[in-house]
Amino acid sequence: MPDTRSFMIGAPILEVSNVSLSFGGVRAITDTSFKVLQHEIKAIIGPNGAGKSSLLNCINGIYRPQEGSIWFKGKSLQKITPNAIAREGISRTFQNLALFRRMSVLDNILVGRKLHMNAHFLAVAFQMPSAREEERLNVERCEEIIEFLEITDIRDTPVGKLPYGLQKKVELGRALATEAEVLLLDEPMAGMNVEEKREMCRFILKVNEELGTTIVLIEHDMGVVMDISDNVVVLDYGKVIGDGPPDDIRNNQKVIDAYLGVAHD
Amino acid sequence: MKSTPVFMSYTRGDLLNLLVLMVLGFVLIPFVVPTDYWYSSILIPWLCLSLAAIGQQIVMGYAGQLALGAAGFMAAGAFALFNLELRLPFLGFPVNLVLSGLVAAAFGVLFGLPSLRVRGIYLMVATLASQFFIIWMIDKFGWFKNYDTSGIITAQDIVIFGREFTAPLEMYLVVLVVVTILTILAINMTRGSTGRNWMAVRDMDIAAESMGISLLKTKLQAFAISAFFCGVAGALFAFTYLKSMEPVAFDIKLSFRILFMVILGGLGTISGAFIGAAFILLFPVVLNTLGNEIFHGMVDATIISSIELVVFGVLIILFMIYEPLGMAKLWENIKARINSRRGAETSMKQNRKAD
Ligand SMILES: Nc1ncnc2c1ncn2[C@@H]1O[C@H](COP(=O)(O)OP(=O)(O)OP(=O)(O)O)[C@@H](O)[C@H]1O
Ligand SMILES: [Mg+2]
Repeated sequence: MPDTRSFMIGAPILEVSNVSLSFGGVRAITDTSFKVLQHEIKAIIGPNGAGKSSLLNCINGIYRPQEGSIWFKGKSLQKITPNAIAREGISRTFQNLALFRRMSVLDNILVGRKLHMNAHFLAVAFQMPSAREEERLNVERCEEIIEFLEITDIRDTPVGKLPYGLQKKVELGRALATEAEVLLLDEPMAGMNVEEKREMCRFILKVNEELGTTIVLIEHDMGVVMDISDNVVVLDYGKVIGDGPPDDIRNNQKVIDAYLGVAHD
Repeated sequence: MKSTPVFMSYTRGDLLNLLVLMVLGFVLIPFVVPTDYWYSSILIPWLCLSLAAIGQQIVMGYAGQLALGAAGFMAAGAFALFNLELRLPFLGFPVNLVLSGLVAAAFGVLFGLPSLRVRGIYLMVATLASQFFIIWMIDKFGWFKNYDTSGIITAQDIVIFGREFTAPLEMYLVVLVVVTILTILAINMTRGSTGRNWMAVRDMDIAAESMGISLLKTKLQAFAISAFFCGVAGALFAFTYLKSMEPVAFDIKLSFRILFMVILGGLGTISGAFIGAAFILLFPVVLNTLGNEIFHGMVDATIISSIELVVFGVLIILFMIYEPLGMAKLWENIKARINSRRGAETSMKQNRKAD
């Protein structure tokens, strides 16, 4: 990958350590540990049901792991809610689209600006200059994102009416609008054709290179993963079976076995 | 593209609509409607119930919380105003009206707490508790009714800056001013960041939370503001329509009517509150008149009121299935169709010219 990034990969910013999670009797994640470095693109791969999404849900506070801990910039993320974790600087997209269906594209992305918009409801109700100024600045910021994602023509369309691929883009836009330090992207390219995938990769790389945003990405398409990620962690049956640069992962026997469907013991 | 705002955040179209409605409400109606009947029996209750429906709209249509019990908050507002006017008359009617809304808002927060744990039909049942609790409290403690035992407590006269507003037209104007102001505030909130937070919670609460929205704060805020609107509506309803203080007027049936107004009018629109209120209020009147005119009183009044319920029920089911956005959306569709037809006609004419 040609290095055009303006931020060099740094020290660990996010640490998952010895996390275990189960639902009733089902073990989704078992004693999993890995680190995410500042400014890197880290891919999480693994077969269906390996526990990838569950892991993101733990990081972002939607699930509470029964064991282990998650650290972000030296702070424990245990026992805090998703909205507090958003405040810490972690944002995300969801595997099965979690957009605000009845709201327009612009409004969806504006919700991503929530943490930059603090006007009191009375200031909004009475249209105080401060509230109007805040609204104007944030709409402007969202227009930039809309332009960057090349979706200007659907700006005012309710997202529920959009095709799947565009909805995925809007969700990325909403996550970008938060200006979080870390973005967790759960299969942002699922269900897209080659052309759309290439476009999505371009956006993700650009954000990482120009803004230095750390990206944790779940993806099934190996070509994409090997192309854009700095490091890859491989999960299988809730356990880490590989962690390292793409080239190492490609030659890792355990990973090859898991993907070739060799019987597990 | 949306048209650009010309004043504050309002577009030309918004201002034009507002102007037309204001002229209609403040000038035209007072000039052309001479009979007291229209003010005291149609316009005043319509405006009051529309205001309550806006309250219901905020919590249900915007924040997506299936709350039932608007009439309870209306009762809280009504009896709060009665007591404030009785005990703190020096504050003046406008201040006391705002305070009675705040009393209702406090109840709104209290009875909004279950929304943090349960949703849907369970929340509906939980919020019904507010309805029963508030009415029970008013009946149980004589203080709220100033220990009146006669059963009929008349509401105080409305006096604003030393001027009495007791004639139907005068009271209509008082109600209209309050409803206009609160409607504009509601529109501002629903179009701004406040309303966006509500709608985000409504459409996908997990995503909303992941964007930094506190569900606790947002839901309780919606309950409080909703109850404020209902409280003010209830106070006006008692002081200008009922003209007396009676808890039974705020029973569960009224809560259901307000719920129907919002569903039929269209969830998530402010105009839907007004349209729904007009429909629910006028439909029985029309039905009664029809009953009298066509069947000359041969049909029993109880049958007519049953027909009314059946029609509402069927309409609600039809709207839920075919047009969940209600009559407000239906109206928009009709307007859009007329516009497009007009557009088609002009383009046809142009084509003909080109030939
Ligand atoms: N909320 C839940 N309740 C019960 N079981 C769950 C829940 N979420 C996940 N699981 C289970 O945990 C395991 C891991 O699921 P998860 O969604 O994390 O896998 P994944 O790696 O993201 O798979 P995919 O590639 O299909 O998205 C699965 O066995 C799944 O059934
Ligand atoms: Mg998944």
